[in-house]
Amino acid sequence: MTPGVLEISGGETFLFWVIAPLMVLAALGLLFVKRAVHAAMCLVFVMVSMAILYIAQEAPFLGVVQVVVYTGAVMMLFLFVLMLVGVDASDSLTETIRGQRWIGLLIGIGLAAVLGGVVGRAAFPPARGLEGGDPGGVANPQALARVLFGDYVLAMEAVGVLLVTAAVGALVLTHRRRLTPKQTQASVADARIKALPDGVVLTPLPSPGVYARSNAMDTPALGPDGEQVPQSVSRVLRIRGQERPAPSSTAVSVHTPEGDA
Amino acid sequence: MDITNYVVLAAVLFAIGATTVLLRRNAIVVFMGVELMLNATNLAFVTFARMHGDVTGQVLAFFVMVVAAAEVVVGLAIIVTIFRTRRSASVDDVNLLRG
Repeated sequence: MTPGVLEISGGETFLFWVIAPLMVLAALGLLFVKRAVHAAMCLVFVMVSMAILYIAQEAPFLGVVQVVVYTGAVMMLFLFVLMLVGVDASDSLTETIRGQRWIGLLIGIGLAAVLGGVVGRAAFPPARGLEGGDPGGVANPQALARVLFGDYVLAMEAVGVLLVTAAVGALVLTHRRRLTPKQTQASVADARIKALPDGVVLTPLPSPGVYARSNAMDTPALGPDGEQVPQSVSRVLRIRGQERPAPSSTAVSVHTPEGDA
Repeated sequence: MDITNYVVLAAVLFAIGATTVLLRRNAIVVFMGVELMLNATNLAFVTFARMHGDVTGQVLAFFVMVVAAAEVVVGLAIIVTIFRTRRSASVDDVNLLRG
């Protein structure tokens, strides 16, 4: 091996040939999968694989950043928005532009052909590798930091400003102006008191009757006057018609001579 | 194995991402296609950094990542806003400017 020329190990070759087809397959999934959530999962797979390839390519810092930023932050944001918008928001299949699918496919294949042709015909220099460069070179994160905060420090600052602007912009864009005053506990209580003449009950509803021979939830309680109290049965049961008749008031009054106070 | 295989992989992924942008209707999936394209360029950057023995390519990939994060935040916020007013995430339904 000549000094300064990168020799790619067999392990890396194996890794590449295992991961690259899977990546292409997952990326194609992005194109063909129906549901947006599945597409997001495919993209997560591509990004994690990409991180593995970065680490294999002597870029451990970028590999970690790829996992943290892309799979950790960006894809989670995608999933959040998918949940907000609705998971069922699948594609409409009606074509608004006629022949768009075939034209798009044609353009995509053409782009692939052009890129492949360029890569295939370009004359690349023999790969040097980062470790085999200058002997005084340091390991990856330090070298990266030296370039980042040395040559590109102004760009670094600009990117920081960009991030803050983007965060504020997202806040402004998703901010919803409140159209009605905020409901507090006090305002809810006031509203209920105000609605008292309209027949609103302030106290909790009466609980259902408890009898030995039936499920208590579906039998109405008996009032002090021996009449059934329909509100004591859950509204759902009443609507479904699963309410049971209470024992007759006379029978109850016989068995409970003391009655209600 | 030749190191240009990585560049070929990046080109393939970029083309798939571009096709996704062209073909899909759901705005969120279109955005995912853009992300795939950005990732593909990053892979090319990292490969070229290794090829030339210079870390600058990795620095540029890092900047691409940061800008992509900012772009995603604003883009998704726009999609959420559009969805709130139009009840749709399809790119075909956004034709407010049509006369």
